[in-house]
Amino acid sequence: MNLNRRQALGLATGAAAFAATGFRALPAMAAAEDAEKKLMEFAGGKALETGRITLTAPEIAENGNTVPVSVSVESAMEGDDMVESVMLLAEGNPSPDVATFRFTALSGVAAVTTRMRLAKTQNVIAVARMKDGSVYMDKKQVKVTIGGCGG
Amino acid sequence: MAKSKPRVKVPKSAAAGEVITIKTLISHDMESGQRKDKDGNPIPRKIINKFACTFNGEPVFECELDPAISANPYLEFSAKVPQSGTFKFTWVDDDGSVYEAENTIEVQ
Repeated sequence: MNLNRRQALGLATGAAAFAATGFRALPAMAAAEDAEKKLMEFAGGKALETGRITLTAPEIAENGNTVPVSVSVESAMEGDDMVESVMLLAEGNPSPDVATFRFTALSGVAAVTTRMRLAKTQNVIAVARMKDGSVYMDKKQVKVTIGGCGG
Repeated sequence: MAKSKPRVKVPKSAAAGEVITIKTLISHDMESGQRKDKDGNPIPRKIINKFACTFNGEPVFECELDPAISANPYLEFSAKVPQSGTFKFTWVDDDGSVYEAENTIEVQ
């Protein structure tokens, strides 16, 4: 195929525009719903209870690139009283997944701290699934001054 | 990106059955796949997608990470130490490379 410069440019911008809308518009609208769906999947049909799980995140994050978050779950971590896994979700990110943590009896305490990216002001959700199948949730809103995705 | 270098902080000794805190940090860009280069082409995703910690071969803690984890992923978690032994840490990159670290602990 023979393209002159003008045609080539036109093609390139067209493709870029398509890529941009395709990438941005869809996930942005669907993120909250997507998070909801992930939550339901993780819960496996169980009702989401409150309590036992604590999500610690700053109220205002100046830089969305590194937002410190901690999750801890009250549990003896022995026998049947055990936290199986904890999932972290961000409602307003291009993709809601943040991380999934799995604990064992050797963990001693079900607690984890990490740093995450937040694209904009949004809710961060932590859910814990216990060995007996019950599911606990905590939610925190974090205000973000500078977004952490894209750029 | 320069070679990813893991850093791990584990106490040198503990009492039997004590729950200790482990801190890990690894230098890595965690390229999210959302960013574009200056020509507008998306930069392909390249992140550490898995981390695991074992003690004498037994699993202690593991996690799956998504692009929403910050660059230079930092993880802090707990471990129960029943006896002296070795903690092994592994990070798995999207491109298949595995970064490892080891740390021994003594029970007094």
